[in-house]
Amino acid sequence: MVTPEDIKGWIEQGISDCRVEINGDGQHFYAVIVSPEFTGKNRVQQHQLVYKALGDRMKAEIHALSMQTMSPEEYAARDGAA
Amino acid sequence: MEAQEKIRSQLEENDVMLYMKGSAMFPQCGFSGKAVEILKACGATFDTVDVLSNPDIREGIKQYSNWPTIPQLYIKGEFIGGSDIMMEMYQSGELQEKIQAL
Repeated sequence: MVTPEDIKGWIEQGISDCRVEINGDGQHFYAVIVSPEFTGKNRVQQHQLVYKALGDRMKAEIHALSMQTMSPEEYAARDGAA
Repeated sequence: MEAQEKIRSQLEENDVMLYMKGSAMFPQCGFSGKAVEILKACGATFDTVDVLSNPDIREGIKQYSNWPTIPQLYIKGEFIGGSDIMMEMYQSGELQEKIQAL
């Protein structure tokens, strides 16, 4: 069974300098991912980078993944607002 | 008709189009159900395509948008995102704005 740590590892391999917080039960996962690679990209492009990092695993092992992606700037702004 | 061609004509004909698993009345997946609820909450008039009963569209739409998951929302032919992005845009009010501007 896929663990949250597996997914975290795959994302970290594919996206440079990223911070991943992830929870999940083997079926459903929820990830927050922060990386400078997301800077200047829209949400769709950010998620596409994560999907690219996960590759074919999205078709097989990973059934349900929710995610929130942010550049470090967006993350800081969110913290400020919260 | 070839899948990509079929998708293009579906998007031309429908301003708000949701590719989902199941129907708006009977979604077959939690994420698709959430997407329908969000669109309803925005007061949107929308059409849906059930990818479970259209396997060629199920694969075709993933290629079309370079996006590996379902649901997928399109407004005026533009790919908006999956259910996570829809929820973020709903919470910020951005999605309502887009829909009301139609």
